[in-house]
Amino acid sequence: MASATKGVDLRTQFGFHTIAVVCLVVLYFPILILVVFSINANDLVAVFSGVSTKWYEKAFFNEEFHNAAKNTLIIAVSATIGSTIFATLAALATTRVAPWRGQNSVYMVINLPLMVPEIITAVATLSFFALLGRTLGLNFGIGNIILAHLVFCIPFAYMPIRARLETMDLTLEGAAADLYATPFKTFWHVTMPLLMPGISSGAALAFIVSFDDFTITQLIAGPGQTTLPLYIWNMIRRPMTPEINAISTILLGISILFILISFWIAQRRKAG
Amino acid sequence: MASTDVAAPAPAPATPGPASTLSAAQAAQQRMEDKAQVRRWILTAPALITVGIFGILPLIIIIIYSFLKAAPYGGVVWSPSVEAYVSFLFQQDIFTDELVFSPDFLQIYLRSFVFAVGTTAICLLLGFPTAYFMATRPPKQRNWWVLLITIPFWSNLLVRTLAIMFIIRDEGLLNNLLIGLGVIQQPITMLYTDFAIVLGLFYSFLPFMVLPLYASLEKLDFRLVEAGYDLYASRPKVLFRIVIPLSRPGIIAGCLLVFIPALGAYVTPLILGGGRHLMIGDLIAQQFGSGRNWPLGAAQALILMSAVLVALFFYVRASTGKVKHG
Repeated sequence: MASATKGVDLRTQFGFHTIAVVCLVVLYFPILILVVFSINANDLVAVFSGVSTKWYEKAFFNEEFHNAAKNTLIIAVSATIGSTIFATLAALATTRVAPWRGQNSVYMVINLPLMVPEIITAVATLSFFALLGRTLGLNFGIGNIILAHLVFCIPFAYMPIRARLETMDLTLEGAAADLYATPFKTFWHVTMPLLMPGISSGAALAFIVSFDDFTITQLIAGPGQTTLPLYIWNMIRRPMTPEINAISTILLGISILFILISFWIAQRRKAG
Repeated sequence: MASTDVAAPAPAPATPGPASTLSAAQAAQQRMEDKAQVRRWILTAPALITVGIFGILPLIIIIIYSFLKAAPYGGVVWSPSVEAYVSFLFQQDIFTDELVFSPDFLQIYLRSFVFAVGTTAICLLLGFPTAYFMATRPPKQRNWWVLLITIPFWSNLLVRTLAIMFIIRDEGLLNNLLIGLGVIQQPITMLYTDFAIVLGLFYSFLPFMVLPLYASLEKLDFRLVEAGYDLYASRPKVLFRIVIPLSRPGIIAGCLLVFIPALGAYVTPLILGGGRHLMIGDLIAQQFGSGRNWPLGAAQALILMSAVLVALFFYVRASTGKVKHG
């Protein structure tokens, strides 16, 4: 290419390398500091004096933390399972077919939660559940939060599944049908295994967005429905100890784990 | 399949011969098409019903709420009123009961707009070189860079904002470092300022700019860059006349992905602005909490939504404009 003829890579622009490195440092430095101070032996958040795991121990034996973790898991797992199933069904109907009447509307409805600013969704959902409670006496408890999460998890689960379906080889399903497989058998033994990377990638994303959600959950959560992000928010308003760093680090670790899973699946898909 | 064809009532019995068999086949095809349509609606129904009831219906409810009167302790009184929209711009004078123009809310909207534009500009200024640098790496390195930008993209926003707070607090790392080095004697107040909010927004949304830019720059045909150099263009000229125009879709998408969440930001000003330096998101949340004027909050939310729709409208127009120009 250019570099071979002129000795320098013509594509490089002056200073871009530096800016890219600066951006990476800016993105990671604060997180790194947060993690480092989570193993701080000192009681003050700002002074580092030796390594200790005491803040993690303190967090693990804290009942409030247990409850928050339990709530978070119930909500995130339910929202992930629900949204992944719904998104898979919807993706099967909206891909690999001739464009049909209403397809664009379906696409728009599913992606709508991504276009509305989170705070608007939050106050709208709050109003909705308040109205439901007042007029019909309906309150699903933690189910309210699960339903709200389900809505914004669907588009995140939908995107990778749809992308996978669009690049899938149609001939394999045709071959199965030629070999007298019933439509259900074809779906279960051919389509599903091929679709699995998209489904797991979508489920991982749905889990992350539900697990991390603060704004919507904060507005609609009732008493006793504290999730981990809400627990952190409550800690910010009290005198701070490095325990908040420890819990933040745990949250960050779980998000990163799921990002890596999703990323790894996507990479394998490209390679395979 | 054949038996159902026969059983089907011929839609046009008057015309004999080939025409009737044709219409029978057409009817069969129509039935299959109908069946497929029913199947599609069944498959999409769970997602559509969920988003419809718990996503769209709530939006309709706040549209209605914005035209109702406020109940004294939160909630609404069911009588139609444009009070909420009036009180967005005017306040009742305590003594004369006259409506007086009050720019308080408008100022917060303007502030948020300025913050969002500023954040978008800074993200673009630093994000574009980063994305360009990533796109010109060998493929293997590129994957690593994408992963490194993707991790903060999906990481917990609250935790990341908290991390920024730890650094810029009065007794935070930055001030301690500067005092330790003897640069300053007293800590510089950075937390709970406008600077803190814009820094937080930039930090939160930088990956939202870099990823779409990268997606666009990765597809760039670098032979065009070479051609530019062959025609004696300078490096800046190649950048501004070839690279930037060709990556326009990515630039527009990136700006939108930063601008919209920055305009409606809630967590960032809540933590880094300390409640005194409000943005639209916190203003709306306040009306549903301590402020307790739901119709006003609903009206404020809808005004924000209109701003977002205007931004989306320009996005659609800009991206279709690109197709026209080739």
